[in-house]
Amino acid sequence: MLKVDQIDVYYGNIHALKGVSLDVAEGEIVTLIGSNGAGKSTLLKTLSGLLKPKKGDIQYLGASVAGKPVQDIVKAGISHVPEGRRVFANMSVEENLELGAYLRKDKQGIREDIEKVYELFPRLLERRKQLSGTLSGGEQQMLAMGRAMMARPKLLLLDEPSMGLAPLLVKAIFNIIEEINRSGTTVLLVEQNANMALSIANRAYVIETGKVVLSGTAAELQASDKIKSAYLGGH
Amino acid sequence: MDWLQQLINGISLGSIYALIALGYTMVYGIIRLINFAHGDVFMIGSFVGFYAITGLGLSIIPALILAMAVCALLGVVIERIAYKRLRNASRIAALITAIGVSLLIEYGTIYFRGAQLEVFPSALPTKSFNLWGATISVQSILILSISVVLMIILQIVVRRTKVGKAMRAVSHDVEAARLMGINVDRTISATFAIGSALAGAAGVIFGIYYTKIEPLMGVIPGLKAFVAAVLGGIGIIPGAAIGGLVLGLVETLVSALGYSNWRDAAAFIILILILIFKPSGILGKNSREKV
Repeated sequence: MLKVDQIDVYYGNIHALKGVSLDVAEGEIVTLIGSNGAGKSTLLKTLSGLLKPKKGDIQYLGASVAGKPVQDIVKAGISHVPEGRRVFANMSVEENLELGAYLRKDKQGIREDIEKVYELFPRLLERRKQLSGTLSGGEQQMLAMGRAMMARPKLLLLDEPSMGLAPLLVKAIFNIIEEINRSGTTVLLVEQNANMALSIANRAYVIETGKVVLSGTAAELQASDKIKSAYLGGH
Repeated sequence: MDWLQQLINGISLGSIYALIALGYTMVYGIIRLINFAHGDVFMIGSFVGFYAITGLGLSIIPALILAMAVCALLGVVIERIAYKRLRNASRIAALITAIGVSLLIEYGTIYFRGAQLEVFPSALPTKSFNLWGATISVQSILILSISVVLMIILQIVVRRTKVGKAMRAVSHDVEAARLMGINVDRTISATFAIGSALAGAAGVIFGIYYTKIEPLMGVIPGLKAFVAAVLGGIGIIPGAAIGGLVLGLVETLVSALGYSNWRDAAAFIILILILIFKPSGILGKNSREKV
């Protein structure tokens, strides 16, 4: 579905990604783990079109999307939930969801999808008229994910959904990611919480200082000593 | 002293400031730029209205619409040519550019038509009627209704329409807005178009109300509308309307008390006071970053 081929990306003067390649097959949950500043968010931003690769290519559903405008990429079915949620704090929960469907014209379908998001996240239904800036971190994460789902993505990019959340909430969020995946959306998940990420992923890539240093199935990486000591808090 | 009369004068003046201030605040909200050329767009609106009435023989409402359309286009062109490429430049570079655009419009207008005054035709009936002892002209009622209608339309556009929601999204978080598939360039253009159209309408209304128009007429109302925008809370749309009305009322009050020479000073004293005591403005919240 997605094939990233040897991309080089600069973030200002910083050479943030160096020849990164990875692929994601339809229906998978693929996770990208690595420490702070390894280039995980840069990769997602490049996939969603916020950043342009200097070199290399990104193939999505058989066509190149490298350097395409963001709105074209969203239209093609890639939605990006950015790090830190980035909900529109000055707007209500429902307005945020409507903005998620900005490129769609089917009013009826949008209405139905808003109801679906409320089914997935009942907390949002309770707060639909509330300004999203007043939500808790967990609720904002739910809103950011619901908002991304409003574009009916085929591929969902999630950047650190567990950041700053209590363990119980992290679990709830990850259950929902699995549910979203079961209903047919492919997921590329960036996480620092490698334990959680590997527990729901099919495959994983490990990224260090802008390079993919390791990849394999989630089970393989969970068993790898190197990963255990560096990311899973083992010995 | 006729207080009701003064109140109506103050509201009329205030609604002109409010219309101009709305454009300032919308543009600031979306690209964090104080568009100092905005007062000159107001002047162009006034002249378009003048020529539409005297030259084309249009009546007031078509002239108003034409002035708004021309100004909307002018606003978009200014943004595309002068400001767009400075979006990632320092704020001071954009600010200086805005002052340059302002001077260009002022002296461009003088170059093409000369600096002489024009007397705005009295396009409205000069009738007036009495209300509780105050003489209220039909003009001021019409001016007020036009302003109120435009502000209601603006509020509906910003609150309910897709482009309005996109504008609010972009002003809050450009990158997140792009991730929704919002075309940021087009949204910024729309913001300039709407803000400039309101300034154009204000220009025509100003012409009707004060009758004299000239190429440098935008400078002082522009500055005062800027004060109004800051007073209400820059970037906040209802704030601009409130700031404009407050400023208009204060100025009228100062004149009514017999200090009409101090009228302009009053506006700037307000600016200084607001910057000292509540820089975020009447409706502004003191911004606190949420972690």
